[in-house]
Amino acid sequence: MKKENTAPSDNKKVNYSLNDDRRVKVLSPGALVAKRFFRNRLAVTGLAVLIAMFAFSFIGGMVSPYKQDQKFYRVDQQSKAYAGVVRNEEWRYTVNDAEKFTGIVQAQTFLAITKNEAAFNYSGTDYTLEKLADDIYAVHTGGALIGIATKEVVSSSTSNDKLSFEFTYGALLAKATGETSFTAEGQTYTVDKDGVVFAADGAEVAYVSEYVVRAVMGDVFLTRDFKTKLIDALEAGQTEFAYTDENGEACEYVLTYNAGTKSWDVMKETDTTVFDTYAAPTKEHWLGTDRNGMDMLTRLMYGGRVSLIIGFIVVFIESIIGVIMGGISGYFGGWVDNLIMRIVDVFYCIPSMPVIIILGAAMDAANVESSVRMLYLMLILGFFGWAGTARLVRGQILSLREQEFMTATEACGISVRRRIFKHLIPNVIPQLIVVMTMGLGGTIITEATLSFLGLGVRFPFASWGNIINDVNNVFVLTHYWNIWIPAGVLLLMTVLAFNIVGDGLRDAFDPKMKR
Amino acid sequence: MRKYIIKRLLISVVILFFVAFIIYALMRCLPTSYVENMARQKSMQPGSKSFEEWMEQLTAAYNMDKGIILGFFGWIGNMLKGNFGDSWRWTVPVVEKFHDTVWLSFVMGAISFVLELLIAIPLGVIAATKQYSKADYTISVIALAGISLPTFFFASLLKLVFSVKLGWFDLYGLVGRNYNQLDAFGQLLDKAHHLVLPIITLVVVSMGSLMRYTRTNMLEVLNADYIRTARAKGLPEKKVIYHHAFRNTLIPLVTIIGGSLPGLFSGALITETLYSIPGIGFASYESMIAGDIPFSMFYMVFCAILTLLGNLLSDILYAVVDPRVRIA
Repeated sequence: MKKENTAPSDNKKVNYSLNDDRRVKVLSPGALVAKRFFRNRLAVTGLAVLIAMFAFSFIGGMVSPYKQDQKFYRVDQQSKAYAGVVRNEEWRYTVNDAEKFTGIVQAQTFLAITKNEAAFNYSGTDYTLEKLADDIYAVHTGGALIGIATKEVVSSSTSNDKLSFEFTYGALLAKATGETSFTAEGQTYTVDKDGVVFAADGAEVAYVSEYVVRAVMGDVFLTRDFKTKLIDALEAGQTEFAYTDENGEACEYVLTYNAGTKSWDVMKETDTTVFDTYAAPTKEHWLGTDRNGMDMLTRLMYGGRVSLIIGFIVVFIESIIGVIMGGISGYFGGWVDNLIMRIVDVFYCIPSMPVIIILGAAMDAANVESSVRMLYLMLILGFFGWAGTARLVRGQILSLREQEFMTATEACGISVRRRIFKHLIPNVIPQLIVVMTMGLGGTIITEATLSFLGLGVRFPFASWGNIINDVNNVFVLTHYWNIWIPAGVLLLMTVLAFNIVGDGLRDAFDPKMKR
Repeated sequence: MRKYIIKRLLISVVILFFVAFIIYALMRCLPTSYVENMARQKSMQPGSKSFEEWMEQLTAAYNMDKGIILGFFGWIGNMLKGNFGDSWRWTVPVVEKFHDTVWLSFVMGAISFVLELLIAIPLGVIAATKQYSKADYTISVIALAGISLPTFFFASLLKLVFSVKLGWFDLYGLVGRNYNQLDAFGQLLDKAHHLVLPIITLVVVSMGSLMRYTRTNMLEVLNADYIRTARAKGLPEKKVIYHHAFRNTLIPLVTIIGGSLPGLFSGALITETLYSIPGIGFASYESMIAGDIPFSMFYMVFCAILTLLGNLLSDILYAVVDPRVRIA
């Protein structure tokens, strides 16, 4: 109600009344509360923090150039196993495709070679060993050549295909004896002193070498040129090796000798695209990126949104149930009151945290989708949290019920529903607002705790709690403070601001609190 | 008085009955696949019974084959006989695991509770006596900050500063690496050393509300007429505050302190989990995550009993301490 009595309808008197010092400033109860509230510097600071938080969460999400689940990548140099090189010092056996030259016979052959015997017997079969040249033996049985034992190997120059026995035999023998040509499968091949085998038309077919070079990936074919250069590098004792292939692509390789297996591992340095995880703060990402390569600042904004929305909805549910139950209970009294209060007692007694944790674990087991899960979380939190509100409302209404204005409403014959919801509840609202504001802070903490334990809001949704969840990894705790400290500070500030504002509101609503 | 206590006890039993029913119904309403999953997991462990046998056992233990109501009565009958079943997660009887863990939680809770009282009450009194001074503002903000501080964030900060940077404490656990080599006294010291951070966390997080409670009540008392009378008599301020005002503040304080005593046994679910302190809170958290229904249900009913006991105790204490309260 404004004080209008100093502004008469007569225009002539306007000037007269304006500088009238009889004017009394009259404030509505709401304005009085606001005035008291804004006089409290601490509460105003809290309100400012809250407004900043809301702006950060709701407007920030729109301003941010990134989406909440946008992943960022970086190019990383990764060493990948590319090839293995073994310098052959063991006997290698090449089996004639048409004959049987089993592993156990190969072992016997090895024994015979070391003992320098020309023949051996194994399980009733006689084998003869023929030394063709240095480091090349042929094994015969019953007049048939079943295989050869050599220290060098023949590899095809053009593919990974296996070479025929006849060709291998010819090439190895030619290399060992120093011949310049041999015939296999009706074709004549020439061999140079390095062990390279050429076909009749001069094309390179294969080569003989004491090194075995194998690609780690089956689909990679190592060219002869690469192998030669690689082996040159190995023999020179280099640990790094650069090679430019026929397509002009240059690559770096790292060579490491593995004493255990007496082989060289060739690691290829390749550029790999990986998620930009735990990046340090940069101009693009002010707070760096998180475990999934997402922009931390944007996650914080969306996380704030989730935390605040969940807080509001939960408190809203709590208040609705609490006001209805408390209102009915307080107004009617008697057995209704008794019944409802026992229900309240029951809900007050249910240990909500364990229940919520169990339900969270059950939702894990049932693979509930993240968004549905969030909805359930709000319902559960609201459902288990209304008992306190109901008690408060009942207590208030019990005392209000006895006051004169309620007798007046009864005398006026106003309906019960109207009496409760139009006359009693509005008088409870100041207390309710205080409790709701404080409750918001508490709910946000509960939600964050659950999310921290991995039982609340789930990826891909962000919440301040599940952002801090990363500290369960001790390395993050110690090294990536930019991941969890900001979320914790925001959480603390928001909850603190809610509590301070609630406190300020309580003081402002309570006329007894003179300042 | 005795009549009142008996009446309250009876009501508490009824409430407990319904709480147990809700907990039981909740467990029954979990997706059936959940229990089956548990049985399947249990049966896959080496040397375990077969899936059918586990299902049979669960069905028998929780009366799954009967309706919810009948099953509930069967279950509560078992509980009354002291038969709480065997914990799945810990593979020992529930009562045994409870016995192993609850005392550690109680010791931890008791120490932090005493510290909390020693810090919160004096600060609350100071804040009230110097209302609107700088000290009052500082204490109020500290109290609010304590209430607003998320336990897990504060624990992480403590770990970062004291465990990682300064290296004073271990990150997790109750005992150190060379615990077995220590003598009895050394073992006690080792445990105490490991409890420092959890207790700090508990105290800081929970002292805020008590501080505010003390301040509010002290303010109320300081505005009372008899305080004005005391001052008018010319009593020294010290005597007014500590003799007349503080004693009257003790009335609400004693009731709230008495009410929180049973809660000391319930353990600190979050704090124990964060520091991996093997108390009842951590054990039940592990059980809940692992879907250990026997232990979780036992823990929940236990918590409900503690809450009821706390309420009862604070109401009785209120009547005992405050002669103005007459119990009908």
